[in-house]
Amino acid sequence: MKLSGTEIIVECLKREKVEVVFGIPGGAIIPLYDTIYQKASFTHILTKHEQGAAHAADGYARATGKVGVCFATSGPGATNLVTGLANAYLDSIPIVAFTGQVISPFIGTDAFQEVDITGITLPITKHNYLVMNIKDLASTIKEAFYLAKNGRPGPVLIDLPKDVQLARTDFSYPEKDKCTGYRPILKGNLNQIKKAALATQKAKRPIIYAGGGIINSNATQELQDFVQKTNIPITTTLMGLGSFPEEHSLALGMLGMHGTYYANTAISEADLVIALGTRFDDRVIGSGKDFCPDAKFIHVDIDPAEISKNVRVDIPIVGDLKYVLTKLIQFTESKQEKDWVDRVAHLKQSYPLQYHHDDQLRPQYIIEKLYESTKENSIIVTDVGQHQMWVAQYYQFNYPRSFITSGGLGTMGFGLPAAIGAQIGCPEKRVFCIAGDGGFQMNIQELATAIYNKIPIVVLIMNNGYLGMVRQWQELFFGKRYSSTNLEGSPNFAQVAQVYGGKGIRVSRIEDFNTALVQALSERTFFLIDCLIPSEENVFPMVAPGESINKMLGVNES
Amino acid sequence: MKHTIAILVKDHPGVLARVSSLFNRRRFNIDSIAAGHSEKKGITRITIVTEGDEHILEQITKQLNKLVDVIRVRDLPRDISVERELALIKVSTKSVDQRTEIMQLVDTFRGHIVDIEKQALTIEITGTQEKINAKLKLLESFGILEIARTGKISLSRGAQRILN
Repeated sequence: MKLSGTEIIVECLKREKVEVVFGIPGGAIIPLYDTIYQKASFTHILTKHEQGAAHAADGYARATGKVGVCFATSGPGATNLVTGLANAYLDSIPIVAFTGQVISPFIGTDAFQEVDITGITLPITKHNYLVMNIKDLASTIKEAFYLAKNGRPGPVLIDLPKDVQLARTDFSYPEKDKCTGYRPILKGNLNQIKKAALATQKAKRPIIYAGGGIINSNATQELQDFVQKTNIPITTTLMGLGSFPEEHSLALGMLGMHGTYYANTAISEADLVIALGTRFDDRVIGSGKDFCPDAKFIHVDIDPAEISKNVRVDIPIVGDLKYVLTKLIQFTESKQEKDWVDRVAHLKQSYPLQYHHDDQLRPQYIIEKLYESTKENSIIVTDVGQHQMWVAQYYQFNYPRSFITSGGLGTMGFGLPAAIGAQIGCPEKRVFCIAGDGGFQMNIQELATAIYNKIPIVVLIMNNGYLGMVRQWQELFFGKRYSSTNLEGSPNFAQVAQVYGGKGIRVSRIEDFNTALVQALSERTFFLIDCLIPSEENVFPMVAPGESINKMLGVNES
Repeated sequence: MKHTIAILVKDHPGVLARVSSLFNRRRFNIDSIAAGHSEKKGITRITIVTEGDEHILEQITKQLNKLVDVIRVRDLPRDISVERELALIKVSTKSVDQRTEIMQLVDTFRGHIVDIEKQALTIEITGTQEKINAKLKLLESFGILEIARTGKISLSRGAQRILN
């Protein structure tokens, strides 16, 4: 039977078990939307900006582990996806984006709403396609989904000229993709794993440094088993939060620029660093000079290009963490380096995270209170900035996929749409979006999407009237010259939520916040709490740019 | 240190852009680039000469391998490869004597004259990049009007091949 291009797309998405698509129609993608109107098996969520669609697909993917899907039209619709795709690319999140394109004879003529979106997204997608022949469509979609989720995940874009959407051909969905150029190595080399086991056995001061790869590979149980067997202290990156229960005595929280002092000090004293699914990002290793001066490095990653990219490693292992950790557990004998575990426990006890306790509504208090009130079955989504670091520091993540944040790209405006996507993907969970007053206004239009679709997320705005993280840097490193960081002129966000038809409340006192949070938790509806917090609160401790990570500002001994 | 890398890619539109854009955005250097059909239909062979230490070469190879359209990447060290470049050089000739002189010179270094006119002649040279550079130096004094060079191509010696 002959199907049109758009019918093929809808059919392929059904075969890929796509449940929801986020997007906005436009001239070059009307045919696809017309087919959706008639026969789609998935829900379509109309966002108010294509960036919101991309972030929602991203949040959906992070919360569920499935591939997120978004649609946009040609030209500005497609370029509005760009930030969302870059965001997913840097955090290795599987997304398939479909964009409309002008009819194929017009390509290259600067036609109305034409942009070279495959050219534009070349460096920020895992791969992309311009489908010029209807016969290639089904196999392209198959390949795109394969690429998005296999190996190191990432976004894939498919550009669809309008005439290809309308053309007709015989449909059959390929059983296998034809992706000859991409076959990730999943089974790590056993000799290397044995070497790693031996190094682990010998180490006197080992530490695990775990990243988002643990979560992508669903290896949290294996990681716990490995720690259980070896009693090695563990620190996680921002992306790795949730990969290991923070409540565990060997958990040291996040390391790096705003990590805990004990994590940064412990890793600096280590003689063996076991890096798992992480990429030695500059926000983790600081200047890079003197990073773990006494340590040997084991690095396990599914992406060979990450091995020895930023730091030369001694024992590289390319493979899927679930497989590698399983083998590593087999090859490693039980051990406990008592002196080292004591030393780390001592550090943890002596230099805890601290903030000022008084009658003001402090952001750290808000996060601690949220943590006490939520526990299991919650997903915390953040935007980017100070509040994001406070969440990373003060919320104790114990479950994978319970923390969703824009790590690599640091995209302000990510939080609200990502929370919408996460809630749609996990309707049984409570989803919280923590945002600053700066970033929230970068995709504030998605309030309409959330409230109209009755998405019961709770939004907490840490409102300090500043682009707070930039202001903090200006305070510390630019002589308090607060150039363009004052956000005067922002609205009352509670009222904004109300205008969109949602619940909103503004609080500035601890008791009022407590009451509002109890109310938000007792209801199952969209609820925004605009929290007025002290305007010049800083995120501490902190590694100054260019410093080694164990030289931190704002460290207090308990 | 210079390295010659052979890259076998799927013959898809835009594949050269994917490869060159990767070099550009990761600040890898391209000394020369040459592309053409390989022995297998649908597969293009790109030869890139680049500069960098072992660490950079390792990164280049790994990053190229991540590109979905890239099938194989091989470093071709000089001592185990044959390498050639082709150059066309247009030289101005002011007199018959000069022309004869150039023709003798070209004959000595086993080049070919591929076009002759009163005021100019075009010489074809193949060889290693060093050989071509040396010949260019010899011809400089006559006045070079134009040069076109293909960039280096290279094959490993013996029966070994990149694609099985």
